[in-house]
Amino acid sequence: MDLTLIVGQIMVGLVLGGILALVASGFSLVFGMMDIINFAHGAFFTFGAYFGFTSLSITGNFWITLLIVPFAVGVVGCLTEFFILRPLSGRDQVDSLLATFGLTLAATEIVRLVWGKEGIPFSTPDLLVGASDLGGLIFPNYRLFVMAVTGAIIIGLWLFIEKTNLGSIIRAGTSDRLMTKSLGIDISKVWTLVFGFGCALAALAGVLAAPMQSVYPEMGLAVIIECFVIIVIAGLGSIIGSVISSLIVGTTISLATLIYAPMGQVVIFMLMILVLLIKPFGLFGIKE
Amino acid sequence: MNKYIAGKLEKRVSAVLLNRPVYILLPFLIILPFLTPYVSLATQIIIYAIFASGFNILFGYTGLISFGHAAYFGLGAYGAGLALYHFSAPQWMAFFIGITLATSGGVVFGYISLRTRGAYFALITLAFSQILYFIAFTAYKVTGGDDGLRNIPILDFKIFGLHVTPLKPLLFYYFIVLIAVLCVLIIWRLLNSPFGRSLTAIKENESRALSCGINVKGVKLFSFVLSSFFSGVAGALILMFQLFVHPESLHWVTSGDVVVITLLGGRGTFLGPFLGAGVYLILRDWVSTVTESWQLIVGILFILCVIYFPGGIWGSISVFLTRTGLYRED
Repeated sequence: MDLTLIVGQIMVGLVLGGILALVASGFSLVFGMMDIINFAHGAFFTFGAYFGFTSLSITGNFWITLLIVPFAVGVVGCLTEFFILRPLSGRDQVDSLLATFGLTLAATEIVRLVWGKEGIPFSTPDLLVGASDLGGLIFPNYRLFVMAVTGAIIIGLWLFIEKTNLGSIIRAGTSDRLMTKSLGIDISKVWTLVFGFGCALAALAGVLAAPMQSVYPEMGLAVIIECFVIIVIAGLGSIIGSVISSLIVGTTISLATLIYAPMGQVVIFMLMILVLLIKPFGLFGIKE
Repeated sequence: MNKYIAGKLEKRVSAVLLNRPVYILLPFLIILPFLTPYVSLATQIIIYAIFASGFNILFGYTGLISFGHAAYFGLGAYGAGLALYHFSAPQWMAFFIGITLATSGGVVFGYISLRTRGAYFALITLAFSQILYFIAFTAYKVTGGDDGLRNIPILDFKIFGLHVTPLKPLLFYYFIVLIAVLCVLIIWRLLNSPFGRSLTAIKENESRALSCGINVKGVKLFSFVLSSFFSGVAGALILMFQLFVHPESLHWVTSGDVVVITLLGGRGTFLGPFLGAGVYLILRDWVSTVTESWQLIVGILFILCVIYFPGGIWGSISVFLTRTGLYRED
């Protein structure tokens, strides 16, 4: 098999991994901080793509879209947290899993109602159309852009969490919720913000992914499954782990598609089952 | 404020009725086809109630949430269907093949899945059902893929001089009820036994159960296998009823259906699955005539149930009855 082809597929996998890393970090953040398994995380990814489509139709400008869509979806996320997840705060983890499962069903249907059941077209922004020659390998410009953007955001996220005050509150809330509360920090406001932020990350991933794949109401379902696999492999609660895991998963899917096209779907499940058999709490798992 | 307190007669009546749910269940099952707009809806309700009862063993009584129970439902349906379609097996044999396939799936997947817990468990069960979905979808030469398995030979047998076949809806309904009652009796016997009590122990406090000498791993696996068995029964029945099976029966939306039904009716209760199946399917039937967006209603129902009615319909009724002194658990 052609080396260029394999390298190309690996790079495609890294691009996918970058997108998934955004989704997975958002998910991991919410879980680490709030102990909530947001099954509906994929729905926010879908909203990102669809809001992006609408925003693009209105403004005609991809760059503005890239900025306002995560913000808009983040707001939706905050509202969701407040109305749906807040009432469940004392309860078993299972309850938030169930509620967000229901939310996914409802959200997918809402998308179908507003934007239609068929997929919608989402074109690559004019500036990034075309491909570049990377020493023998022709690679689409847009994908290089996505790689760069996701990389930058992940680094920015890491810096935010490690170096800022709000970041340290998040870290504190993740490792010891009660203590953080007793230090006088209004943790419920932080929760709403963190949840909204997690959703915003998923939405951003959705907008970035839209030109590269088909945009259809169920797209979030595929992503949430991939996200789960990533988190499971990485272990719930570890953000760095989820980034590394995302890249692994992205590349695995991409290479599996080389062997047999539909394999991409199933191979991640098999990967997840394999990992869980060996390490029931994930590769880097810190929380149960 | 005048609070209603039940008198002696009321207490005696309800003690009998409510602690022996079978007294409520049997009349309900008998008159159901006359309450639903058409008989096959009632048949569907009973079949899904069997499915939910099986799921309830794992979810309601053992406290393990599986998002992939459609796997066993689908295995039951496909098992029976493939046996009938490809091998022209006699109907009763196909039925058993379906159940065996589903139960074997339960043994294998259960063993692997139970190495994990909580959300991981939910996700790995989901993974298994999605793999099966994928196989059913792509192996179209065997399973019919997206078109589903069709042209299934119709069940038709004589018992006591009567022809039992899906072509005779009412008779077929009572046949299904017979099977349902049988299943319910078995489940009742199992749950009201030391095994059943160990399930509750595990649900309430697993480590305590372990220290009491309960073989937690074994009990959990048995619970899983039991639930897959009954789900498989339901799957085989739906095949014989619908004469058609689609990969969708393995999809997580179907798993979601059974979770909603169990939640809605009341998890960890006996009547819950039946109530849930009844309400859910009748509602779906009615809403589908008005709008295509049934999933939206399901989602909202789900959320409302989880937040405000964690006990489901039956749970809320029991709470209400307990408050008025009408009901006290045995």
